[in-house]
Amino acid sequence: MHGMAEAVLDLRGVRKGFAAPDGSRVEVLDIAEFSLARGEQVALRGASGTGKTTLLHVIAGIVRADVGTVKVADADMAGLDEAARDAWRAKHVGYVFQTFNLLQAFSALENVALASMFAGDAKVERAKQLLARVGMGERLDYLPRKLSIGQQQRVAVARALVNAPALVLADEPTGNLDRANADTALALLRDTCRESGAALLVVSHDERVVQQFERVIDLAQLNRAAALGAAR
Amino acid sequence: MSARHYSLWLLARRSLRQHSLSTFVTALSLALASGLVMAVLGISAQSRTAFTIESTPFDAVLGARGSQLQLVLNSVFHLETSPGNLPWSAYQDVQKRPGVRAAVPYAVGDSWRGFRVVGTNAQMFDAELLGPRTPRPSVGRVFDETLREAVIGSYVAARTGVRIGDEIHPEHGVDEGHEHDEDYVVVGVLAPTNTPLDRCVWIPIEGMFRMGGHVLRGSGEEYHPQHDEEIPEEVKEVSAVLLAFSSPQVGLELDREFNKSGKDATLAWPIARVMAELFDKLGWMDRVLTLVALLTMLVGAASIVASLYDAMHQRRREMAILRALGARRGQLSRVVVLEATAIAALGALGGFVVYAAILFVARGILREQTGIVLDPTAVHASLALVPLALLALGALCGAIPAWKAYRVEVAEDLGPTS
Repeated sequence: MHGMAEAVLDLRGVRKGFAAPDGSRVEVLDIAEFSLARGEQVALRGASGTGKTTLLHVIAGIVRADVGTVKVADADMAGLDEAARDAWRAKHVGYVFQTFNLLQAFSALENVALASMFAGDAKVERAKQLLARVGMGERLDYLPRKLSIGQQQRVAVARALVNAPALVLADEPTGNLDRANADTALALLRDTCRESGAALLVVSHDERVVQQFERVIDLAQLNRAAALGAAR
Repeated sequence: MSARHYSLWLLARRSLRQHSLSTFVTALSLALASGLVMAVLGISAQSRTAFTIESTPFDAVLGARGSQLQLVLNSVFHLETSPGNLPWSAYQDVQKRPGVRAAVPYAVGDSWRGFRVVGTNAQMFDAELLGPRTPRPSVGRVFDETLREAVIGSYVAARTGVRIGDEIHPEHGVDEGHEHDEDYVVVGVLAPTNTPLDRCVWIPIEGMFRMGGHVLRGSGEEYHPQHDEEIPEEVKEVSAVLLAFSSPQVGLELDREFNKSGKDATLAWPIARVMAELFDKLGWMDRVLTLVALLTMLVGAASIVASLYDAMHQRRREMAILRALGARRGQLSRVVVLEATAIAALGALGGFVVYAAILFVARGILREQTGIVLDPTAVHASLALVPLALLALGALCGAIPAWKAYRVEVAEDLGPTS
């Protein structure tokens, strides 16, 4: 555990496995402890197959850990039922996907505002402010397909932050960007998280990304299942 | 509207727009089906009321021996041909019967510009005698029974443009016939009754007897009326006598006398029953049409299921993204049900347009053919029940694709993420 007093993320004894097609059990995650302090920014270095996505899904409550505690903003995601995890995620966790996953039928503003609606409060003004902050203030009504890749990433960043989450998870956030856009997007993500006070956990296999963080954790070492070569 | 409800509505609305073609086609088929159901039920109900209750101030028709239905159709609705004539004495006899409040003679067989000419007397227009459904002139007056004067129905006036003071020349026969020599001066136009009365030209029955070329056979022998000669009562004849009774008991007695014991005349009583029997006989047509329309509704509903279910294949990723953003499974299911219900609602709205269009066309045809006017503002239960049933059906149809939306797994459908 990283020695900080106020943790927004605290994993202890977390294990997650899946049933293989042949019926056997495959362990994907086995993490003894891992935590993240409020406002902290950490990079998780992980090659393909080290359980990156599963870890993020467990933290976000998209899937539930088989054993252990997954505390996110003081709630144990492993102990909540699915609906409660959804509600908690909506309010306290921002998620930036590698492929951005913007809703193609919705404008930039709607993409951001919708995320706030599921948290129970339509923060349209805040969505506008965030989009302006990421340089998209002039393109509020643009559909994603009318935006460049870099612009889509900016919208995704704004969406992750609209509910002022305690924790932002970014899964290969620069994976689809060229070098110039990647640097700009990462800087924007880090800056906006810093400004809003959100902790940031970035998982990436890209050394250029990882090296920009003061605290870097090697997922292959953190995840004992990956170290055993069992992760899928 | 709360943020969550607004977001569900926004999602549903945008999805419908994304699949606008299938939404439109499905809503259109539902509109046609629901409009047809409402039209069949609505027109049927209104027609039945109009034909059985509202068309005439009379209770019964006395005519030549034959079909009661033919008698009513000919005398009340001015359709069909006359089944034959009765001697004048039959009219005089029934007039004197206790309990017969009014007996109005009818002589038909001529027309003017396609509208039937009816020879009758001034009692036809006597509201004190016949009650509130009595036709009354809105312009001019009732004819003088001793003069060549005519009163025309409102529809006749509207279609021909004839006004008070104009002359008309009745033609022989109810279709295109040769013009009689006699001129009749229009002295009155009846107020609209929205019944077959609006499509008639009314002249004194004496005029009908004396129309050039008419032959009277009341005595069994042919009699050709002469200009300056009074027509003997025994040669006169009528096509029918329209009767109003002071009580139904009178109808029962006359029914027994004419229909069960007699052989010379037929009493069609009550008029409403005769027409109701016709509607009952034709009721299968309503049922077939309604069934076809209901089947169309089911097909439309099935297309809601098909289009939304297929769309769910394309929308799994979108659903997974929404779930990742915090949308609950139940919320996504409700979005799909909302979409299905919205399609059904569009269909129901379109159904009112289809209903109005069918009613407009049917109204014109029915008025042209019978003089009966359907009321476009008339409210009947199907106008509420059919759209409500459609909404319920739509929501039900949404349940299957909604279940599919419910089962979207974020972890499976969001990838690849890294």
